[in-house]
Amino acid sequence: MKLFDLDQWDEILQTITRNKSRSLLTAFGIFWGIFMLVFLMGGSEGLRRMMSSTFAGFAQNSCFLMTNTTSEAYDGLQSGRAWSLELADVERLRHGVGAIETVTPLSANWGVEFKQGNYSMNGTLKGVRADYAAIEDPHLTYGRFLTDADERSLRKVCVLGKRVCEELFPDTENPCGRFVSLDGVYYQVVGVSKMSSNIGVMGSAETAVLVPFATMQRLYNRGTEVMAIGYTARRGQTVTALQPQVEHIIKRAHRIAPTDTQALFSFNMEAMFRMVDNLFRGIEILVWLIGVGTLLSGAVGVSNIMMVTVKERTSEIGIRRAIGARPSAILRQIMAESIVLTIIAGLAGIAFAVALLQGLETVTAASGHATSFQISFGTAVGAAAALTVLGGLAGLAPSFRALAIKPIDAIRDE
Amino acid sequence: MSLIHLKDIEKTYHAGAPLHVLKGISLDIERGEFVSIMGASGSGKSTLLNILGILDTYDSGEYVLNGTPIRHLSENRAADYRNRMIGFIFQSFNLIPFKNAVENVALPLYYQGVSRRRRNALAMEQLERLGLKEWAHHLPSELSGGQKQRVAIARAIITQPDIILADEPTGALDSQTSVEVMNLLGQLNEAGMTIVVVTHESGVAYRTHKIVHIKDGLIGHIEANPNPGASPFGEGGLMK
Repeated sequence: MKLFDLDQWDEILQTITRNKSRSLLTAFGIFWGIFMLVFLMGGSEGLRRMMSSTFAGFAQNSCFLMTNTTSEAYDGLQSGRAWSLELADVERLRHGVGAIETVTPLSANWGVEFKQGNYSMNGTLKGVRADYAAIEDPHLTYGRFLTDADERSLRKVCVLGKRVCEELFPDTENPCGRFVSLDGVYYQVVGVSKMSSNIGVMGSAETAVLVPFATMQRLYNRGTEVMAIGYTARRGQTVTALQPQVEHIIKRAHRIAPTDTQALFSFNMEAMFRMVDNLFRGIEILVWLIGVGTLLSGAVGVSNIMMVTVKERTSEIGIRRAIGARPSAILRQIMAESIVLTIIAGLAGIAFAVALLQGLETVTAASGHATSFQISFGTAVGAAAALTVLGGLAGLAPSFRALAIKPIDAIRDE
Repeated sequence: MSLIHLKDIEKTYHAGAPLHVLKGISLDIERGEFVSIMGASGSGKSTLLNILGILDTYDSGEYVLNGTPIRHLSENRAADYRNRMIGFIFQSFNLIPFKNAVENVALPLYYQGVSRRRRNALAMEQLERLGLKEWAHHLPSELSGGQKQRVAIARAIITQPDIILADEPTGALDSQTSVEVMNLLGQLNEAGMTIVVVTHESGVAYRTHKIVHIKDGLIGHIEANPNPGASPFGEGGLMK
């Protein structure tokens, strides 16, 4: 018998439409199962993308060191001592830890007033070196990033964050070459960054202005004191593996107890990434468990109803056997009914879930958190294939029950 | 060789206490015969017909249909035999309720792989022959008893089988319709078809050429009826 045997489709249609409300209820289990699976999958994927965009632009194998007061007395010094990182620490790490790729000092001032003409706003002023770009991708829309020459010459140049640029230069596309006042000092704009990660290492990138580290140190008279140090690991190494060595070198240089867990704070991006990744892996497992569980219970429902249907059709199946239907013809018919019912319900479920995800995407886009909630085409095809298998499995028990019907049963059934 | 050859057929049902229904039936039916199997209720006549139709199995003995021993026939071959060699007519018609007359009649051809167009044409032809053309697209529930039985007959003969097996074909019909149905079977027999009718009505049995009397699972006697139609109960009629 061919796949597109019109007669068989006719038979299937007749059976399914003969008891519409029952077919509908049977199909609902599958519909709901696949809907849950697809919707939750799309939803969690969208949330994952949303979270990932938070980290966007950050080197995953980077870590930031910041200070706090000590919590242990050590080497003749009391606990509760305030201390600072210093420029020498950058060199200590560069020479002391072979697996470090980039190590760079950072400085920041918060709540600084930025002005240009009649426009002004408050944001973070960050002092960074040229190699900071290795840690956080500046994603320049205009101009250039800070260079080593800017640093050496203590130039008063700056790279504006996306929102700073929008606020200070609402009428200008490219503000490069123009001047802005940052905390009362004029800087020339050399670049505009569209960094949008929501992880604010010392303040959000969108509302920050980057200036050369040395310029900022000089202007604010910070000497060799460093607010934070960022570093990345060489390819094939993880910052998590470097972290103990780094912390040991810094603690030894600043006479901090090796066991003091409070004095030196490491903001490990890799650990953050991994945490979020694990969280979503957990969510994904949960989604699969719920979705597949619901889908399976739907399939059991189909199987159950089909069993009842077969029981009801004992006489009809017996008549068919009596007039010459081979067992395989009966098997095919029941299996096909189960598969068709499952696929129709399943595709409806997928379509409904996709429509709802689309709606969700529109809503989040409108609220400014644009992300894609949609499942991939491959996933949809996979789901449809899984439905076919599921329909077949659901049809197995009823089919074998139908096979067990002997022609004589039809006559006895009367 | 006989079309149907039965030798010492025995059958016991084991639901609850064993019930020895057939206790050694030996019977030969030749091609073209019009035979009735007659007996009281519980005599084993329907079981015998079911065995003849390969609808039921038997415990011992030998059944040869058209030269083929039936005992170890596979399910598929049994289905093919039922489809091509045997036409069934049941007391309760056994039409599929959600299919109309023409679809019911065409169904055996569906299992032969005959195209939809061809089998519907053949089914229409049969229905027309049996005077049911106007009822072709009606569901069984919209037909009278006699019409239903004629649809069942059309279904039984559409594959041009060697044998028609009829189990109490007039059991659910009034006497006038019963006469029509028996006349129809008579005509089919005249056209060369072998017909075996199971009945407990002597009026029906005496419309056939050979009457096999069954009693308690054994053949009592076989009666030749050289003048079918002249039943002892009335001129050409059927007594209910």
